[in-house]
Amino acid sequence: MRVFLNDDAHDVAPGTLAAALESLGFGGRKIATAVNGRFVAATARAATKLAEGDRIEVVAPMQGG
Amino acid sequence: MSFYGVELASRVMLGTARYPSPAVLADAIKASKAEVVTVSLRRESGGERAGQSFWSLVRELGVRVLPNTAGCHTVKEAVTTAHMARELFDTTWIKLEVIGESDTLQPDVFGLVEAARILSDDGFEVFPYTTEDLVVADRLVEAGCRVLMPWGAPIGSARGLNNVYGLKSLRAHFPDIPLVVDAGLGVPSHAAAAMELGYDAVLLNTAVAEAGDPAAMARAFALAVEAGRTAYLAQPLEPRDMAAPSTPVIGKAALGD
Repeated sequence: MRVFLNDDAHDVAPGTLAAALESLGFGGRKIATAVNGRFVAATARAATKLAEGDRIEVVAPMQGG
Repeated sequence: MSFYGVELASRVMLGTARYPSPAVLADAIKASKAEVVTVSLRRESGGERAGQSFWSLVRELGVRVLPNTAGCHTVKEAVTTAHMARELFDTTWIKLEVIGESDTLQPDVFGLVEAARILSDDGFEVFPYTTEDLVVADRLVEAGCRVLMPWGAPIGSARGLNNVYGLKSLRAHFPDIPLVVDAGLGVPSHAAAAMELGYDAVLLNTAVAEAGDPAAMARAFALAVEAGRTAYLAQPLEPRDMAAPSTPVIGKAALGD
């Protein structure tokens, strides 16, 4: 199944956001997520099913003013 | 001074961007004596670790973080970013930026008020990056903001206080709301001037980060903020148009013809 993570296309097994993040190397990382422009809390990732073409945003802490 | 019930001794808030290295950033934060630093959030891929190491550095410094919504141009973007920041940084504080114009990075005050209301209703403690406009400030307070952060000048411009009259008016109209001059400061005298107006704190980044010696400049800003605050409390003179002799004239020797 093809999804987009920060605009890059990835093929992942059908399943949840939590599983996709794990398979793409984000396991244990300090990140926040959104799917199709909607915030998905860390506690909701395991219950969030992904669909073909979903757009995932993954952000991490960064320097800011 | 307190923001949303959090007592702070330092009146300097420092941004964490644009430093030459993480070590220089750490030195500058220490030299500024800031207890609050601003942070942001950006996309990170599975192979990157930059965000994780930055977060470790901030944690080691033991400072409180104020996440921003920098770069957001719409209410929806800003609100979603705020939610991500609340979870990522484990704080209800948010420096709310809704940018309306690209050249000046001037806040979109209409979007700002709307986003501030949504976030305040949702339990956030909002620090709005705004202009010195009194009516907008009133709407932000109505929306739930208990701190206001008007710009001194456009972000990164180093122009200082563009509208001293407007900033003074804002101070006079909101005697009980903590006011922070955020953005546009270039040199320590700008920060001192803001504090002499009775502002509670300043927030700056580029002036320190891009100085030749960021740690020294951070210390200079800390000293200026302390000087300005002390001067404000000491009740400075009002300017006048004509001279007023400082040396008493009574008793002066009569030496003329």
